[in-house]
Amino acid sequence: MTKSRFRFLGQSWLFWVGVCVVFLVVQWVLMPRMTEFRRTAWVIFPCIMAIICLGLNLIYGFNGQFSLGQWGFYGIGAYTAALITYHWAARISYPIQGIVLRIPPLLQKLIPMAQVELFHFDAGKSALLFVAVLIGAVFAAIISLAFGYIVLLRLGSDYFGIATLGFTIMIQVLIINSDQVIPETKGARGMVGIPQMTSFFWTFIFLILTIVIVRNILYSSVGRAIVSVREDEVAAQAMGIDTLKYKTISFVIGSFLAGLAGGLYAHLYAFLSPGYFSFVRSFDPLIIIVFGGLGNMTGTLLATFLWAISLEGMRIWLPQGFEAWRFVVYPIALLLIMLLRPQGLMGRVELGFLRAPKWPLRVAPVQEMKPQVAPAGAGNPQPGEDKLS
Amino acid sequence: MVDGIRLGFVYALVALGYTMVYGIVRLINFAHGDVFMVGAFTAFYATTHYHWGFVPAMILAMVVCSFLAVIIERVAYKPLRDAPRIAALITAIGVSFFLEYFTALDFVFTPNFISYTPLPIKFKTWDVAGVTFSNVMLIVIAISTLLLVLLWYLVYRTKLGKAMRAVAWDKPTARLMGIDVDMVITFTFAIGAALAGVGGMLYVIVYPQIRTFLGVMPGLKAFIAAVFGGIGSIPGAFLGSLIIGMVETLSQGYLSSTLRDAIVFSILIIVLLFRPTGLFGEAAKEKA
Repeated sequence: MTKSRFRFLGQSWLFWVGVCVVFLVVQWVLMPRMTEFRRTAWVIFPCIMAIICLGLNLIYGFNGQFSLGQWGFYGIGAYTAALITYHWAARISYPIQGIVLRIPPLLQKLIPMAQVELFHFDAGKSALLFVAVLIGAVFAAIISLAFGYIVLLRLGSDYFGIATLGFTIMIQVLIINSDQVIPETKGARGMVGIPQMTSFFWTFIFLILTIVIVRNILYSSVGRAIVSVREDEVAAQAMGIDTLKYKTISFVIGSFLAGLAGGLYAHLYAFLSPGYFSFVRSFDPLIIIVFGGLGNMTGTLLATFLWAISLEGMRIWLPQGFEAWRFVVYPIALLLIMLLRPQGLMGRVELGFLRAPKWPLRVAPVQEMKPQVAPAGAGNPQPGEDKLS
Repeated sequence: MVDGIRLGFVYALVALGYTMVYGIVRLINFAHGDVFMVGAFTAFYATTHYHWGFVPAMILAMVVCSFLAVIIERVAYKPLRDAPRIAALITAIGVSFFLEYFTALDFVFTPNFISYTPLPIKFKTWDVAGVTFSNVMLIVIAISTLLLVLLWYLVYRTKLGKAMRAVAWDKPTARLMGIDVDMVITFTFAIGAALAGVGGMLYVIVYPQIRTFLGVMPGLKAFIAAVFGGIGSIPGAFLGSLIIGMVETLSQGYLSSTLRDAIVFSILIIVLLFRPTGLFGEAAKEKA
């Protein structure tokens, strides 16, 4: 436990300093050394994927509801946010043109190859992106509330998984046919003309917010109720926990995060194709969270980056002419990992800032026991003794 | 309508594999759809490149698929029998990816569509009372019915079938009764795969376009059909497949061909809401 009193969103100052350092290192040192393609594939996209996976981890890892619907909500969020910016990007006039932060010249000499512009903050566009992404996420959350409440009410375990898988397939089919109602989505041909606005800055901010929010939820009373549903639903019900309520809560939050990630993805490549939202891909987040260890946030984060980097990296590392072997090596690696470490990469090990907080206990029982164990009058005044004598 | 029955019979062959495996090891065997694909390719190469007859090709497909399933079971699923179920599920997905992408390599089957010509059977159609029948359809239905009757005999009238049902009911007790549980599980995989192999062959005769990713959608539909009929139940899987096949063809014919899958899955979800264990599922087995 850190000694300091400073806490922002339940995290100590050390955590926030660490976040800033990671951001600056990636933005200054790593990103300029990569090509544009790798920048999106190795840094920005894994951040988006991590948001989805943290959401799924909340649903499946912590609440035990086997869901394959995450990818459907991702699609909903992506298309909603894309439609909003598609309509508004050209019509908005920006009150502030933008803020550009540059690296001081002294530091430029210290770090060779560093990016000169620290970041280019375009206020109007950023606000639009922010609003669009949030609206997409809220829309996904509303749908998940309706769907989740009805389905969770009746179904458990594998059947819930199948129903959510069906949901993902339905969403894809609806996206393909959506041009009959909304011509802008262009249906099966894929949506083009979305402004490209997702930057590392925004993705990173959303990722950090996701991490902090999910962690804070988990270690609140709501989180304890959510985990208790996973551990033993019948016992949780017997303790007076409204299991349906907490299952719905975790499902809605998870879907909200998926929708958020969808909004970010839509503005990453400025192109959305319905083929991307097929159910085959909906196994990716599941693979990642199982690979990282169910109910383990550190594992999820680590696994996301490992997954994305190795999958894209294999294009480079595999010898010439063997690019098609990428998806042959991947399942073999998956099989080996599952056979050797079925409990996931990290098992139960969590990084410090994601662990349960050890607040000082303010409850009395410890003091009540003390007088019998500790010798009386050993220097420290016992609160119980004063009253007795 | 008639097309629906034919499609339903093909789904039934695949769905039985899902339902038997799920009933015994509680595993959604995602690789089953790809075993189906391998069956289709085996039959294709046997009939076109080596000019085998229809029946030998079918038997070859059955044998190849059974071997493949036994290898998959021994290598990938058996070591995980005591691990959490999700680990086995991920392994199943992994095996499925492996089969799809490995067979899509250039020196295996190539990633392109291949059209199935010449077909092993000559196409003939007759008009009977306004309904068009084709000989392919009759063959599909005849073969499926034959295999289903054989399966029914195997499961309900032989010692092996009794052992299979016992293992599905209660694994530890079955082991105490002297049943070789691993052997029974392997047999279940082999039988399911053999049916899937035939299913694959019949499917590509009906839709003569083959590709290594061909097993994904029929596999999923068959699985849905198994769930629809109540997973773990053999008559349920059969009836569920027929219904799914019919719904699919009818919605394609009368409503919209692009919305077909959405209709199938929304019906699935609605049925699950009203009968959470499927049409023939046993309510007592749900919480396990």
